[in-house]
Amino acid sequence: MAAARDAIRTYGAFVALVLLVLYNLVFTPNFVSAQTINVNLTQVATIVIVGVGMTLVIATGGIDLSVGSLMAISGALAGIILLSSQPPFDNPAAKVAAAFVLPVLAAGAFGVFNGFQVTRLRIQPVIATLVLFIAGRGIAQVMTNGNLQAFRNESFQYIGLGRPFGIPFQVILMLAIVAIVAWAMRATIFGRYVLAVGGNERAARLAGLPVNRVKVAVYAISGLLSGVAGLIVISLNSSSDANQVGLNMELDAIAAVAVGGTPLTGGHATVVGTLIGACIMQLTRYTLLAHGIPDALALVVKAGIIVAAVNVQRQRSS
Amino acid sequence: MTTDAAVRERGDAGTFARAGALLQRNGVLLALIALIAFGATRYDGFLSAYNVASVLRFNSMFGLVALGMCFVIMTGGIDLSVGSVAALASVVAALISPLGPGPALGAAVLAGALFGLGNGIIVARTRIQPFVVTLATLLAARGLALTLANNTSVAVSYTSGFTFIGQGDVLGVPVPVIILVVAYVAGSVVLNFTRFGRHVLAVGGNEEAGLLMGLGVTRVKLAVYTMSGALAGLAGVILAAQFGAGQPTEGLGWELSAIASVVVGGTLLTGGIGSVGATLVGVLLLGLIFNILNFENGRGVISLSAYWQSVIRGAFLLIVLVLQNRLTRRRDEAARA
Repeated sequence: MAAARDAIRTYGAFVALVLLVLYNLVFTPNFVSAQTINVNLTQVATIVIVGVGMTLVIATGGIDLSVGSLMAISGALAGIILLSSQPPFDNPAAKVAAAFVLPVLAAGAFGVFNGFQVTRLRIQPVIATLVLFIAGRGIAQVMTNGNLQAFRNESFQYIGLGRPFGIPFQVILMLAIVAIVAWAMRATIFGRYVLAVGGNERAARLAGLPVNRVKVAVYAISGLLSGVAGLIVISLNSSSDANQVGLNMELDAIAAVAVGGTPLTGGHATVVGTLIGACIMQLTRYTLLAHGIPDALALVVKAGIIVAAVNVQRQRSS
Repeated sequence: MTTDAAVRERGDAGTFARAGALLQRNGVLLALIALIAFGATRYDGFLSAYNVASVLRFNSMFGLVALGMCFVIMTGGIDLSVGSVAALASVVAALISPLGPGPALGAAVLAGALFGLGNGIIVARTRIQPFVVTLATLLAARGLALTLANNTSVAVSYTSGFTFIGQGDVLGVPVPVIILVVAYVAGSVVLNFTRFGRHVLAVGGNEEAGLLMGLGVTRVKLAVYTMSGALAGLAGVILAAQFGAGQPTEGLGWELSAIASVVVGGTLLTGGIGSVGATLVGVLLLGLIFNILNFENGRGVISLSAYWQSVIRGAFLLIVLVLQNRLTRRRDEAARA
């Protein structure tokens, strides 16, 4: 009996997802269609990609509120590059390569800045990342003067619109990122360090772990992944809007992490859980919509799920 | 405005702590005075009644939200739901506005207070981190606001006198500003001269000790979240009355600017230390940046788009954080010595 209860708590998120899928199989018409599955996975991909970075940050006991703004910066920079005809961007191949690489690196650099604030300046993560939450979107808006940048570039937009084997490219990218990071958390020293720093920072420091470097690394990874997510969003829209890209992403990502089973106190992390958490949130919304419940009320249900899920996990940890 | 600031030194931190805290507190006030002096000497009409009134009228909403946030943060908590609650209250106020300003105000503030009470109950009972709880209720309040408003803005009644709350003046002073001042005076009195105020700081300083001393920790938490909800509701009423509509999609990011104002005002996010007056100074500082940007553009020498305001605000927040950090560290070292 106790074992069963333990299993439910450990695999609670997974069980919930399975139940949701089963419910839809029985009650939602046309649920099993390539289109339904693709729509849901496409919508969840950016949240998962950002959520993976957020999982690492939260595992060290931190939080990253700046992810949405970094997505906007990445999107704005990519838009500028795609619309530019200055050398070296007059070469189509160089243009696409630069549009992929530079925005992601820029977002990563801002992530390093977050890490710098948290380690060197010893500012609490909530507040430290609040700085770029506020300033970051402003930077993106200043870069583009707040204008919508519409573009068309097939090779670049493959990241959002490509469909190898009929599967949306961003879904493959999402699964690859989840797999790599989940593996890294289990099998590499870096993964151990992340958990050690979040579990007991003082002990980690005394044990000689490079605590500051680990922290800077997780914020940098969170920034890089936000950059990637920004590129996906603007590819899907064929335009970059600094006012809209990544809006509220920090909330969705944190919710996915929390529902997935990573405690917000640090020291534990489940990257696959974040994937499941994001899927639960997405599928709940889909289920409610499919049964005629308006999006606005679905938000209220979402709130209930977050509180309930975190409450179950909190009991597990105590 | 800051003489009412309540700063509680912990343990034996002594005179250095007091000096540091004094600097921290007055530093913000000095910065505000410097900014006003800069504006007054540089721009014509900066201190005109019109400009002062419009800056204060607009920032009154943020001031009210920040006041509630200040109390929550002093207990070591946080309330991310304030922006959505303000939006919800603005819709409630707009829907009831045909009945007159009194009922609309009462209903909207009550809605905000009830929502805040819900936050408080969840935080106190489940002991889930306030950050997560209010993140969830942020979504819930937004959902309720959109549902009530049918996904669109709700026009207020212009014949019932409701808009007076946002657009009216009494003896030349905008009504929202009067509400703001009354709220801050009350907040300051509550924090500095009541047992409840002491309890708020005690819970934030050391919750366990507070429990052991028999303070009603649960009751204090319920009270601060209810207060924060009610003040967000009041801000929502002003929002609806000022712009003539209940706006279910407004209030995005209000929680974070409120937190920024509270932090700029020197209240520590870890709880236990805080000042009501300095929070208002923080609100005005961040609000004036936008105003000064407008005047600067008006001079025509440089032209910075409105988008620069968030960049400047962010940079400003960073500078304050670095300075505060220096002061606190020096104070800690002094305490150890």
